[in-house]
Amino acid sequence: MKDILRSLVDILGERGVSNAAEELWFYARDPGVLEAHFPDYVVAPETTEQVRQVVRLANEEKIPIVPMGNGMALTGLVIPLKGGIVMDMKRMNRILEVNEKARYAVVEGGTSQGALKAYLQDHHPQLRHSLPDAPPTTTIAANVSLHGQGRLTQQYGFNSDMVTGLEVVLPTGEVCKIGSPSLGPYWFSKGPTLPDLSGLFLGWLGTTGIFTKVGLKLYPNKKIRDVEIFVTDRVDLVPDIIYKLTHLEMLEDINAWFQPRPLMFKDNYHITMYFTGDTEEEVEFKRKMIWDSLEEFIVTKDGGFMGVGYMKPMLLEMPQRGIAAFADVPRGGGFEYSGPITLIEHYPDYALKVMELAEKYEVIYSSAARVVSGGHSMMFSISFAFNRADAAMMERVKKALDEATEFALEKGGIPWKPNYKEQRMTLEKLDPNTLKLLQMVKRNLDPNGIMNPGNWEVS
Amino acid sequence: MYALKFEKEICATCPSPDCLLKCQYMEFDKDEAHQEMMKLVNGEDSRVLTECVTCYACEEYCRRGNHPYYLIGERREEKGILTAPRAITNQWINMTAMQGKQMVGEVQDTALSSCLIPELGMLGSGKLFEDVAQAITFGAEFMCPAVHTHFAKMSVVKERLPKVIDHFRQLGVEKVICLHDECYGTYTSIAPAFGIEVPFTPIYYMDFLLEKLNEMKDQITPLNIRAAYQRPCSNRLIPQKHRLVREIMDLIGVELPDRTYQDENSLCCAEILRAVSGYRLANDVQQRNIDDMVECGASYCVFNCPACQSTLSEKVAKRGLTPVHIIDLCKAAIGEKELEVTA
Amino acid sequence: MAYVRSIEHADIVHRCFRCGYCKFPSDYVDFNCPSHKAFGWDTFSSGGRMWLIRAWLSGEIETSPRFAQILFSCVACGNCEAQCVYPRFKDFLLNIFEETKSELVDEGKIPPTVRDYFKAITVNGNPYKLPQDKRGEWSEGMGIEEFSGQEYLFYVGCVGSYDEVGREMARSVGKLLKDLGVSFGILGAEETCDGNEVKVLGEKGLFTALAEENIIKFKAKGVKKIVTLDPHALNVFRREYPKLGGAFQVRHYTEVVADAIGGGRTSFGPLKTRVTYHDPCYLGRRNLIFEPPREVLRAVPGLDLVEMRRWAVDSFCCGGGGGNFFTDVIGTGEQSPARVRVREALETGAEVLAVACPQCAKMLVDGVKAEGIEDRLEVMDIAQLLSRAGLA
Repeated sequence: MKDILRSLVDILGERGVSNAAEELWFYARDPGVLEAHFPDYVVAPETTEQVRQVVRLANEEKIPIVPMGNGMALTGLVIPLKGGIVMDMKRMNRILEVNEKARYAVVEGGTSQGALKAYLQDHHPQLRHSLPDAPPTTTIAANVSLHGQGRLTQQYGFNSDMVTGLEVVLPTGEVCKIGSPSLGPYWFSKGPTLPDLSGLFLGWLGTTGIFTKVGLKLYPNKKIRDVEIFVTDRVDLVPDIIYKLTHLEMLEDINAWFQPRPLMFKDNYHITMYFTGDTEEEVEFKRKMIWDSLEEFIVTKDGGFMGVGYMKPMLLEMPQRGIAAFADVPRGGGFEYSGPITLIEHYPDYALKVMELAEKYEVIYSSAARVVSGGHSMMFSISFAFNRADAAMMERVKKALDEATEFALEKGGIPWKPNYKEQRMTLEKLDPNTLKLLQMVKRNLDPNGIMNPGNWEVS
Repeated sequence: MYALKFEKEICATCPSPDCLLKCQYMEFDKDEAHQEMMKLVNGEDSRVLTECVTCYACEEYCRRGNHPYYLIGERREEKGILTAPRAITNQWINMTAMQGKQMVGEVQDTALSSCLIPELGMLGSGKLFEDVAQAITFGAEFMCPAVHTHFAKMSVVKERLPKVIDHFRQLGVEKVICLHDECYGTYTSIAPAFGIEVPFTPIYYMDFLLEKLNEMKDQITPLNIRAAYQRPCSNRLIPQKHRLVREIMDLIGVELPDRTYQDENSLCCAEILRAVSGYRLANDVQQRNIDDMVECGASYCVFNCPACQSTLSEKVAKRGLTPVHIIDLCKAAIGEKELEVTA
Repeated sequence: MAYVRSIEHADIVHRCFRCGYCKFPSDYVDFNCPSHKAFGWDTFSSGGRMWLIRAWLSGEIETSPRFAQILFSCVACGNCEAQCVYPRFKDFLLNIFEETKSELVDEGKIPPTVRDYFKAITVNGNPYKLPQDKRGEWSEGMGIEEFSGQEYLFYVGCVGSYDEVGREMARSVGKLLKDLGVSFGILGAEETCDGNEVKVLGEKGLFTALAEENIIKFKAKGVKKIVTLDPHALNVFRREYPKLGGAFQVRHYTEVVADAIGGGRTSFGPLKTRVTYHDPCYLGRRNLIFEPPREVLRAVPGLDLVEMRRWAVDSFCCGGGGGNFFTDVIGTGEQSPARVRVREALETGAEVLAVACPQCAKMLVDGVKAEGIEDRLEVMDIAQLLSRAGLA
């Protein structure tokens, strides 16, 4: 039998491989509630060629391989369910190109969201990307591989819709370019007008290949950002309010949220709207349009704009540190959420479900929905915080999340970045021919089933 | 339950219904003003119940000691007429609820009340407050509930005010220095209007400041600046104290040039107007107010109320005025703080 | 009976979400955790360390050389404390790491270089294993007085007393203080180690002994004010000595110099050069002294002070903290902090990398050599720069 460790060291050097107990313990888990599963090796490549060689080795030896960014999906997508190799991509963090006029960037597969943000700020202040509110250590490649969202999702769709090209190492070891970079030096289109092969990889949670380069659309970075919050105590009105707001075609981002604490947020539903402008005039014009669009709710006293005041710096921060802080509400260092993609008109049903689950399982909740691409859908997050030192609480959170996913599927929603159990629930519900197609794609791309096995698999 | 002491006869015989006549947000002729007020007095429907933006000013305009503003609030609540959307009204009730998170310093016979406004704690420090700063009180338990009059939730005022007073009583204080006009207005205007006994002597912070500044006169270096003063709504509850602003400004060398929206004609900072009436009015009021500040040649906008300051600071700064609280100006005059300048 | 591990803050270790904010500076431009940068594994970041400590406390992982390497490669730069998003937790991050190292010391399972360091301090009173009477040698021929009630005790520390780069810096600072008319004296051969690194490395007993000895000595000599060469000493004197009864007014030499030259009282000759300044962690992030060194540099006419991409609270450590200056657990590879930092300095176009700490000075001098950029970037202490400019 081949000495795998030796082979890996030959490819990556001593600094790029570990099978020490400490790394194996750490890379066996993520910050969510799912149980750990130990890898056999952890590797950290620095080049596409190293990735290619490791994948080829894994394919030859039929060793599972799990690509990892920062592991912040929270749903165990980087837990090596069947052991094998965890590939920490974060050393591949170079920003390779920014095309200012065509508004795209090309980054390596381990580049963090934070690094791209800082780079654009320094070198291309007129441009920005759709930054998620996840911590800035999360990677761009991981985010698009799970159809992540960000600050510009309301305007331009899922972050994966913003991909302009990919370089993927296929499970069989070939390096494959997707979109315009497969024809020439430019990274401006992931598919059109070619057949869009990016669909073989985006949303597959690392089960069909490893992204070594990602092209990403950039957008105008307006000089001024501002924020307003509309509040209502009638959950049934939230879809109407969002409908009016999306009709404006003016908002950067719309988040609808509710939480029981602090007390000032109790019993109300909050719709945070972000808007931008290059001049005060533009911003004020938009503000007026926003207010006018919701006038009818103010007149009936069903809703109104709250003073944003001291919350403003926190709200305008990108990413919002306060979101990670939710993990410490029960003084316990953890939270996890289910974030189905669903219709905005179902908001009231989901909202009631969150509160029902929180009560049933005695857990602390918070919910924030993000409007996707002008209102075609929303990501509805059902978040529960837990105390990592309290196993029983973590178990309750796990159950509450499972039930939330069942509910979402019943309502016709699609689970977002589902864990392996939720994936199974989803696949069971999937149209049989769709399932067949999915399996066909997977089998063909990954004949030995080495890529993040346990995910997108029928048991 | 406490009830508003309101003299019907005073209104019935009023020769000049200034309460509504002088209102800057509703228009009436003299007869109509009288009629509408009498409707309110008699518990009948009136357009005032839906149009009043809760600026408090009628409390000042009435020279005959009645309480038109409190009456409007009472009538609104009786009829279930909300001023602001329910969600906003409830948000204010919830966020000012007593949760046992109060902070109390070393209080002897005097307390320094910072209401539920953290900025006031910072302001009530330094040489001017060195004798009393350690006796600070902060928190919903020590917060005057006057803000709920904006939302016509007089019941909340009547329920919470006796509790707040009782919390001070439990501290055994003889005097409470109020760093917020709203607190002083509550203890000297709202409480007596509703027959709520106040077992301590409220001291208005500007009286306190003036006395201190006079004691430290030799340490004052005139600031030699021109400023526009933003008079807060709650000063309407204590109009007799309005003169102190000029007295203090004179003492520290700050000129307050005449402007349109001053004294009785002052305009609201519009934070509450936003909630009660919406963007258009709030924006219009703010624009007129700030234009007026700029036109009078002021380079500073002086605040008395931290809520006004938080609402207007960014906006006045964008127009080239430096926002500053009156206490910070005093601190600057005695050389304790540097005077900021808006770039 | 099995060895029971415990640390003072064991009950809050689980509160780390390992979200990773701690790895970055405030604007996320690059990884700002030196050991993570050097080793490239999440286990070597604060979050990784915290999670491993929890596993180790619960017995899920054992004490091992790797675990010790992970702990002792921490440079205690405080970036994680500055960036952690959990306000009631962040204040204890460094305590937790120190407490864990302390347990490893008690278990006797520490890297050999750490053991050697403790031994040298115990036996020789300094990590260089050099005789005590050589301690004041740096000042020979300078006319610097022994401390005898002057305004300041000038505390030089081990690096300033024994290391070649450190001694040069001590001489420059000593001369500058003299030239500026600051009233000070030194302990010379009577000076002993301040114990900052001993404490950070977890040797509580040895630290207490050193600190108590120093406190007794300082008090006996009537020391009221101390000016330190080394920010590490400043840190331990300011933050730890008062807990043991030694409350002195402690300032860094850059603060004293900034005061002495303030208001144009002293002027320097022109020096046309572009300089970038490296904030020592124990001066900047840990003790919030950012401005005085810059003020001093700006006082030199012609000196063009430019900032590196990461500076002040976001500054990137030279890699010498947490005892690594002596123990070198963090290593000297291409991604080692000193090398990363000198490359960053070079990007500013500066000809001089100014420092205010003898440990940074030495680390960065070595970094410049390792990068082979001696002809493009000169590492100089602030006092050396002033001396080059000359008093006008």
